[in-house]
Amino acid sequence: MITLRIDDIPVQAEPDQTILDAAKAAGIRIPTLCHLPGLSPVGACRLCLVEIRNWNGKLVPACATPVQEGLDVVANSDRLRELRRTILELLFAERNHICAFCVANGHCELQDLAAELGMDHVRFPYRFPPLPLDASHPKFGIDHNRCILCGRCVRACSEVEGAMTWGFAGRGIFTLIEADLGDPWGDAKTCTGCGKCVQACPTGALFEKGRATGEQEKRPAIVAALTERRPRAQG
Amino acid sequence: MTVEIEARVAELVKPYAGKRSELIQALHRVQSELGHIPKAAQAVVAEALGVPPSQVTGVVSFYHFFRTAPAGQHTVRLCLGTACHVRGAERVLKAIQEELGVGLGATSADGMFTVEGVRCLGACGLAPVMMVDDEVYGRLDPKRVKRILREVGKDGG
Repeated sequence: MITLRIDDIPVQAEPDQTILDAAKAAGIRIPTLCHLPGLSPVGACRLCLVEIRNWNGKLVPACATPVQEGLDVVANSDRLRELRRTILELLFAERNHICAFCVANGHCELQDLAAELGMDHVRFPYRFPPLPLDASHPKFGIDHNRCILCGRCVRACSEVEGAMTWGFAGRGIFTLIEADLGDPWGDAKTCTGCGKCVQACPTGALFEKGRATGEQEKRPAIVAALTERRPRAQG
Repeated sequence: MTVEIEARVAELVKPYAGKRSELIQALHRVQSELGHIPKAAQAVVAEALGVPPSQVTGVVSFYHFFRTAPAGQHTVRLCLGTACHVRGAERVLKAIQEELGVGLGATSADGMFTVEGVRCLGACGLAPVMMVDDEVYGRLDPKRVKRILREVGKDGG
């Protein structure tokens, strides 16, 4: 067992756990967005940034940083709240995240985080690039305007379903989640239509057809449920 | 046409069969032969190397070096460096767009020009600068740019 401190509370953790795991076990809330239990951590969204006091206040993503003996972690502070809020604002400014017109309104992790972190307005100019919506799949649709590029769908597709249909195409702010060779989703040969990507998506970017906004509730927990039930070869 | 390309690409990537880590090398090989990497070729590469198609597209679209459409007969490289920016590269770009109908990273509909943005051609004293193939043109203004493009286009490929 490893002993560390999170927000001045002594916490014990297993060596293979992350700071986020340890915080969760201790009932300390750290906001996350790109992290999804059952998928590998990527540390992409930076919302779970925590400060390590005995590393000169260095900021590390809690979801991707293993616990270490004697760590003195700050999980919640004014500095971190401001940083997390700024990250959220940048996400909101990058594409179209107007909740009132979104299928995920009321069931959106991005929206929930904005409420939790008190992000009542955005200080950056909105970019609003005109991005396509692909409704070619019989069961699902993808609206790139709502996508925050967290990659949860990409990881669910490759790590859990094993289809590897989704990938990141392009780079930087021009990145789009695309199926196979950039084909319409409905034409993607590798897609099994399992819908794990839709369940994993934190926003309204991936949605189920034939469901009204009020019914568009995602079940991201199925990803962890599936991986836990699956016998895994010990590497 | 497509079948021919597929057969040719399949031949090209044979040495990389099953070697997933050689993806970029295989793509380089394809591009150096075909001049670009069309979708059909990406599918062949994916199949041969055992890499998911989504990853091939990811790599091709990530690196500026790879192109998915044939390059034009002439390449226009417009400098977007600091000096050229200050001296009005934006206006020059707008003129190029007006003249050719396409912006950075694209090829004109007639296949004559591919427009690329570059950082500093080392001729800041002539800013704003562009190159058309191997020729450097400096002290550009929108009118002059249009005239140059028309002249080069007239000469053909």
